[in-house]
Amino acid sequence: MPNRGETLKLSETAPRAVITVIAMSGILVMAFILYFLTKEGIPILKDASITQLAAGRLWYPVSSPPLFGMMSLIGGSLAVTLTSSVLAIPLGVALALFLTEICPKRISGFFKITLEILGFLPSVVLGFIGMVVIAPYLQIKLELLSGLNLMNASMLLGVMILPTVATLSEESLHAVPQSQRDASYALGATRCETMFNVVLPGAARGIAQAAILGVMRAMGETMVVLMASGGAALLPESAFDPVRPLTSAIAAEMGETSVGSAHYHALFFMGFILLLITLSLNVLVIKIESRGEVK
Amino acid sequence: MKMLSMVVLCFAVLTASLFAGAAFGAEEISINGSTTILPFAQSTAEAFMKINPSTRISVSGGGSGNGAKALIDGVTSIAAMSREMKSEEADAAKANGRNPVKHIVAVDCIVPVVHPSNPVKDLTTGQLRDIYSGKITNWKEVGGPDKKIAVIGRDTSSGTYEVWNEKIMKGEQVTPRALIVASSGALVQAVAGNTLAIGYDSLGYVNEKLIKALSIEGVQGTPDTARSGKIVTSRNLFMYTNGNPGGDIKKYLDFLVSDDGQRYVAREGFVTLK
Repeated sequence: MPNRGETLKLSETAPRAVITVIAMSGILVMAFILYFLTKEGIPILKDASITQLAAGRLWYPVSSPPLFGMMSLIGGSLAVTLTSSVLAIPLGVALALFLTEICPKRISGFFKITLEILGFLPSVVLGFIGMVVIAPYLQIKLELLSGLNLMNASMLLGVMILPTVATLSEESLHAVPQSQRDASYALGATRCETMFNVVLPGAARGIAQAAILGVMRAMGETMVVLMASGGAALLPESAFDPVRPLTSAIAAEMGETSVGSAHYHALFFMGFILLLITLSLNVLVIKIESRGEVK
Repeated sequence: MKMLSMVVLCFAVLTASLFAGAAFGAEEISINGSTTILPFAQSTAEAFMKINPSTRISVSGGGSGNGAKALIDGVTSIAAMSREMKSEEADAAKANGRNPVKHIVAVDCIVPVVHPSNPVKDLTTGQLRDIYSGKITNWKEVGGPDKKIAVIGRDTSSGTYEVWNEKIMKGEQVTPRALIVASSGALVQAVAGNTLAIGYDSLGYVNEKLIKALSIEGVQGTPDTARSGKIVTSRNLFMYTNGNPGGDIKKYLDFLVSDDGQRYVAREGFVTLK
């Protein structure tokens, strides 16, 4: 029988040990992913130089000789991310502002639930709507060559990231102390002036983080762009051109490529590029956070 | 969020390893590979299990390349492939001590498809090649209305693309302006929803209510023209095993090519061997 002191000790150290192990395993998984992507992606440099990969516009991975120009794919990723962000972030912030500052409490509860449901919507369902509803509609109404294009995918992605942006912005708007609003009113500011000169600047950091998280989600989303973006590997010249973002190229081509081929390594290299982009966005979020702490 | 995804990942790894373990068990056949073959691989597997209740067959798709990889790694007993194994894949298998053996299980052909409202009925291989390489961009040039052509293709790594590339494109490159869809089913959806579209798909996926199949050089894609090779885009569908199969694997493959098994192939819209 252990004495009382030892039991107490164990009960104190055990949770700590368990939590440490779990936390470390998370870091381990991340390190493993990074190692794996590097190991499988770097061999492509034997077949193509960095300039060929980054500046080449033609993506013909299985023709002979194969061409591994990823510029159109990277451009496609950036184009859908940018367009969907331009569509969704202002709307999300405006929605958050409406919910915290204008909307009566009873109705805002209903809005929040609706937003949450929108957030739960599986991306494959959205992609399907894009394919069978929006694409034929766009094609006929605007007399386009195809309704599967940059705009279609961006609108769907916008719907996907809207809940993220709106919910997180709303939280940071809520965190602005009521006393600041009261002070503003006391100085004779109108509601509108208070909203734009006091509340919004007060929550700016949180809103910026919400926006970046939304951008990251749009960048990494696969199913919607796979189904609705059209998949043509070319740099878009208009919002109604088809595009092929990195994620959809990986998802579509990985299943059928032969293992260990240059094409296979090129796909892993794309994953590596995506990881780098999201990592740098993550660093940006941390920067914004830490700048707040110093102040 | 991060924590949650980590937990999900751990579970995924655990279940994956469990399945991998089960694949080595006795009386358990696993089929992995081409999504084209998936429909009839599934129905024949179910029928086979009804006759032989002691055998368990698990079928999964993922692509011809995935099937080959699974056979090379020894995690599947049968690789279903809509194309022949490439020499580099065969080499990788040999290096891993496996000997892929080819079995022809069904026939298929690939047909050009358009929207049902399109008046065009027939195209030559030359016209098809020019449309896909971007030289012909208007339906007017091939006897249709004065409208642009929306070219829809498949991923360069799909088995269907490879046959199209070999038999129609003959080494010419598909225009980068071509829309690319990720699966046979998605292609049907894309063509059915676009009056300007042209695509190509396996005969088994052609649904007359949604899309219209064109003939090539006057030859309609039918079971007969596919089997005789009269239509240029006919192809065989394969299953690969490691070495000459024995036991239950042989029994299943024999069943699949028998008249009983081929009935299921026909029911899924594919072309039987005989």
